[in-house]
Amino acid sequence: MFVFESGNVAAAGAVKLARAKVIAAYPITPQTPLTEKLSEYVDNGTMEAEYVAVESEHSALAVCIGALSAGSRAFTATSSHGLLYMAEQLHWTAGARLPMVMCVVNRAVGAPFSIWNDHQDSISQRDAGWIQIYVADHQEILDATIKAFRLAEELCIPVMVCYDGYYLSHTYMPYEVPEQSAVDAFLPPYSYRHTLGPDNPASLNTVTLPGGRLDIHGEFAPGYMELRHSLDLEMKRAIDIYTRIDGEFAKTVGRGGSPIVQTHLCDDAEYVAVALGSMASQLKDVADTLREEGLAVGVLAVSMYRPFPGEILTAALAGRKRVIVFEKALSFGQSGALYSDLRAALYSCDTKPIMSNYILGLGGRSYKSSDFCEAIRQSVARDSACGDHMGWIGLNR
Amino acid sequence: MHDETIQIRWHGRGGQGAITAAKIFAQAAFTHGFPGVVMAPSFGTERRGAPVEVSLKISKTKINDLCPIESPDVVVVLDDSILRDADVTAGIKPGGILVINTPKGRAVYRGANVKLATADVTHLAEQAGLRRGIVNTGIIGALARALPIVPLAALLDAIGTEFGAQRAAANIEAARLTHEHTEME
Repeated sequence: MFVFESGNVAAAGAVKLARAKVIAAYPITPQTPLTEKLSEYVDNGTMEAEYVAVESEHSALAVCIGALSAGSRAFTATSSHGLLYMAEQLHWTAGARLPMVMCVVNRAVGAPFSIWNDHQDSISQRDAGWIQIYVADHQEILDATIKAFRLAEELCIPVMVCYDGYYLSHTYMPYEVPEQSAVDAFLPPYSYRHTLGPDNPASLNTVTLPGGRLDIHGEFAPGYMELRHSLDLEMKRAIDIYTRIDGEFAKTVGRGGSPIVQTHLCDDAEYVAVALGSMASQLKDVADTLREEGLAVGVLAVSMYRPFPGEILTAALAGRKRVIVFEKALSFGQSGALYSDLRAALYSCDTKPIMSNYILGLGGRSYKSSDFCEAIRQSVARDSACGDHMGWIGLNR
Repeated sequence: MHDETIQIRWHGRGGQGAITAAKIFAQAAFTHGFPGVVMAPSFGTERRGAPVEVSLKISKTKINDLCPIESPDVVVVLDDSILRDADVTAGIKPGGILVINTPKGRAVYRGANVKLATADVTHLAEQAGLRRGIVNTGIIGALARALPIVPLAALLDAIGTEFGAQRAAANIEAARLTHEHTEME
């Protein structure tokens, strides 16, 4: 069934279809309508879950950590300062290997205060040990949120589904809502290997000395460093596992096909524009326009950002003349984070493209398709002897 | 680039129902031949009584550009007092359509190069049985007259679906009556 609703309602619908049993959240713009919708579902009985109204985002994730540990599927959502207020619990969730799913409705971070969109909030948390997925429209919000539960639960690694504040959260567009029976067939009930309960007490994640350690049976058990090593190894498996999960989703629900990266007009492209989130969707129009001018432009959307799909990206981008990365976040004193990662991935290939990095849209600064066109033309026109470069779009000076 | 996209910018006041009106029009368009429909209120905070804008893009293909409308084909104004507070025709395409709820008729707007469509929606909606000041369903009738891309019957159905059984009849009548009494230049 197609509905015409906001991105926040699409996310809430996914959580309902996934039959989350505990929702703990604190409202923050632009995430608020998502949590309001979930509390409405719980209140009117269309969703069988416990909605825990908490006093902060730190507590929201702490409640979810408890719920997951006790064997209940949990969900929270936040934005900006809310995500940062959870930062300590973000690391804890990943370290404790809890299969949490959270929507991050991307918003700028103060100071100065801004309620508008950019990607600084989730990008600043990319090293917390969570899988990060960025989506481009409402259908992707809904589908990715449902698939995220499978992914998190198969790997015991938490997943953030990130979508643009306002551009997606408050914008209405049509999307298809799958049948509950199809989602039930795809997503089995939550079961956790180490469920805590009065009958099964345990002390988990206590102080772990720097060296190796023996468990209660006197046998060698993984120490802190081994646990970090296995988190890294297993997170890297997410690329293959998510690809398989996406295939199963396509079989039961009927949509899917390119869960890690998505390309548009890339086959013969000499120049490829790369971005996260809804920008990647807009870049399709940009590529269409520039193709009419005779520029062989393609688009690559990075849907899974952590783990970083370096091999897939290298295969897709090696040999192109230029790669132009558009970003709504940056690592101050360096460049956009996606650009750094991509440049590192392409470093070892023999036919490394020349790269450009454009920063735009910070704090909701407006941008238009013509801005992307102009930046790509500018990048293409640069003397290749000048090498890689970084620029800003929409800066008043 | 989607040159065939029809861009409609709505101007109302917070609480006046511009978002609901745009949503109803969008839903009817989606079910009547326009798979690409995107509607977005102005990004940011909304205050009751303050001018608000809503962007509505309608296309035969999927819409990828989610940025607010800068060059509308059509501008819809829910209340002529907004003309004092906002430059409603900013960026409008030459020959674009301006739909205004006003009792003043054509005299309400003297700008050049736009096609004017006027209706006294406030009065007609009251006549249809709505409480004074409820104009968001009536204005849909005026837009349907000025921009006949979606059958009126489909819009009236969408209004019926949006409002509960008790309120549907008067809202549908407001749109029908306004459609009948809209004056086009």
